[in-house]
Amino acid sequence: MDQRVGVNAFHPFPIMDLSHRQPPGADRRVQLLATCLCDAFYDDVAIATVEVLEHLGCTVEFPEGQTCCGQPAFNAGDWAASRRVVRHTARVFAGDVPIIVPSGSCAAMLFHGAPLEFEDEPDRADVAALGRRAWELADFIVHGLGVKSWPGRWAGTIAFHRSCHSRGSGSAAAAELLLASIDGAKVVPIGEAEQCCGFGGTFAVGFPNVSSGMGALKLEHVRAAQPDLLVSADMSCLMHLGGLAEKEGKPIKTRHLAQVLRDALKGNQVVRE
Amino acid sequence: MPRQPIDQYAARLAPETRTAVRLSAKRTHEKRWQILFERFADPDALRRLAGAIKQHTVDNLDTYLPAVEAKLRANGAQVHWAATAEAACAIVLRLMQERRATKMVKSKTMVSEEIGLAPFLEKHGIEALETDLGEFIIQIDHDHPSHIIRPIIHKKRQQVAQSFEREGLGAYNDEPAVLTRRAREFLRHKYLAADVGLTGANFVSVESGRIVLVTNEGNSRFCLAPTRCHLVLVGIEKLVPRDRDLSLLLNLLARTATSQQLSVYTEFIAGPRSPGQPDGPEEMHVIFVDNGRTEVLASSCREILRCIRCGACLNACPVYRQVSGHAYRSVYPGPLGAVLSPLLAGPHFPELADLPKASSLCGLCNEVCPVDIPISDLLLRLRDKGKRAGAPLASAATPPMGLWTLLASQPAAWRAALFGGRLLNVLPPSLLPVPSVRAWTEKRTLPAWRGGAFRQWFKNRKRQ
Repeated sequence: MDQRVGVNAFHPFPIMDLSHRQPPGADRRVQLLATCLCDAFYDDVAIATVEVLEHLGCTVEFPEGQTCCGQPAFNAGDWAASRRVVRHTARVFAGDVPIIVPSGSCAAMLFHGAPLEFEDEPDRADVAALGRRAWELADFIVHGLGVKSWPGRWAGTIAFHRSCHSRGSGSAAAAELLLASIDGAKVVPIGEAEQCCGFGGTFAVGFPNVSSGMGALKLEHVRAAQPDLLVSADMSCLMHLGGLAEKEGKPIKTRHLAQVLRDALKGNQVVRE
Repeated sequence: MPRQPIDQYAARLAPETRTAVRLSAKRTHEKRWQILFERFADPDALRRLAGAIKQHTVDNLDTYLPAVEAKLRANGAQVHWAATAEAACAIVLRLMQERRATKMVKSKTMVSEEIGLAPFLEKHGIEALETDLGEFIIQIDHDHPSHIIRPIIHKKRQQVAQSFEREGLGAYNDEPAVLTRRAREFLRHKYLAADVGLTGANFVSVESGRIVLVTNEGNSRFCLAPTRCHLVLVGIEKLVPRDRDLSLLLNLLARTATSQQLSVYTEFIAGPRSPGQPDGPEEMHVIFVDNGRTEVLASSCREILRCIRCGACLNACPVYRQVSGHAYRSVYPGPLGAVLSPLLAGPHFPELADLPKASSLCGLCNEVCPVDIPISDLLLRLRDKGKRAGAPLASAATPPMGLWTLLASQPAAWRAALFGGRLLNVLPPSLLPVPSVRAWTEKRTLPAWRGGAFRQWFKNRKRQ
């Protein structure tokens, strides 16, 4: 699909460099960074991520000591606090296997944000090494494992929200490739696909008016496309958009990319609703 | 939790202004996209090259500034250095007074806005008339530009018609063609009566000393045709090393600023009138303005000095589209302004320390930037700077990170909090003593807390 044509007339320039990433080993051992949102709210997304990875022959480890990637404080400007959490994450995820993250934003924190805030720190090499192992899920499937189409069946129409950190890293394209390849699934374009949904981390609570205004525009485009599902690689965007829609009294159905991939494997059976 | 000034501004902004600004910005943003790909196979490569050229230039200003001064002098221009806004204004005033000049016509320059030149000159009895149509309307309304390329993006033509009527420029008529003609007639007389023409410079070539000006109205040509003296007000970062760099930068500037392949008028001015030349000012003075730029150069945000003022980041920015330009309380609004304005504020940084927060960090500003400025990274650096400086505005409406840091660096405490969070499911959010939860639920619902459920699942299946 030529992304320059039609309503999705935006071909993202990759603003984050992913060229340094470390490919997975032959044994396909991986570590899962579940993200604090899945840890607290969206357990099924983390479960689906494990199931998808295991389907691909991966052995998934879950380092028990994991907490958060450090992004909230990084985003809030409290870099000293963020670095403490990043150092903790680097210790917990010791080793050399790929770290798979079911979030474009948390993955980008590891390979882009953390190195930025560690530029002048003595342990910047450790943090850079952590970043080289970090992959957003779709990016890992398509570019790490070379899987370009998804088996199983899932019948319905999907509007895919290109979360900004997956757009910036180019992994949104990987997610769209996988979704469009599912038997029965149709990815419908949404207007102004390059525009942010308005979540933005601490921005969502610091700028509630601007944030909800941005969200309302995104919802307008999503509703115009009349999809069965709104899908994204990031639960943060979906938590914001879904929460806005529900507050309005006009809820929309949202699902994480990993859940759709897992549901397709199970043959159109929507599990753990 | 105190509210962010920009978010409060957004709440007060008239919905029709918001819509007008948003749709106008969106149109330019989308047209820009088409025109970039119409002629160029790989615009991304071009903007990276342009970024490298500008970064090279600002990294070597210590060499290029003396070189361009020598070249300008050899071309017959005089060169002045202004360390501050006050110094720049004083130089302009002195040059005017030495020539007993009382009337200036000026073309659009953001640096003159930055240093507050027109009001300063007016205080000293000098008329400094804006000749760019948008800036002219701003001037008669005693307003401020809300966009660096389209200063009146926040105004409707009906408002402009009322202003023209009030200023005696004719009976009420809101047809753009009529308004433009009336402004033109008024301005033509002013050009002929003016002593001095002031312009900015989009670029200055170190190689040739050429001043490059782009306009769509041709007003800068009119400023220079009848006047005796040409003043050029330019930021020290506006240099390019070679004339041939201009082919790349001019192609990108017009496309990203106004979705044109090239501006209607592109002027290359190599000096004052030469003996054989029929017209043009006899004198040319180039005033290089620092006004905080050297400090920006020394900071961790020096990439912002690549900026060629195209406005693409404003047009793309979802926050700018919601709040318009005046929300930023500074001459430079939008993502560019959220970085540059607090930096140029110098000791007044704390007063603008909230601007870097006015971004969802979506990175679109970086993607559309013709000189590839990593704007979102710079916004993050400034958030850190604001926090370290203890600026209250930097922390306004930002959830404090102390407790989170404590929990997120101790796995046992984190796990306990995951289970403890289930309180969220039984307490109404309005009763919770957590401001950020309240701010969240003002606009959105909160999903059910299922803290630790995944960990339980993972543990159970391992046992099986």
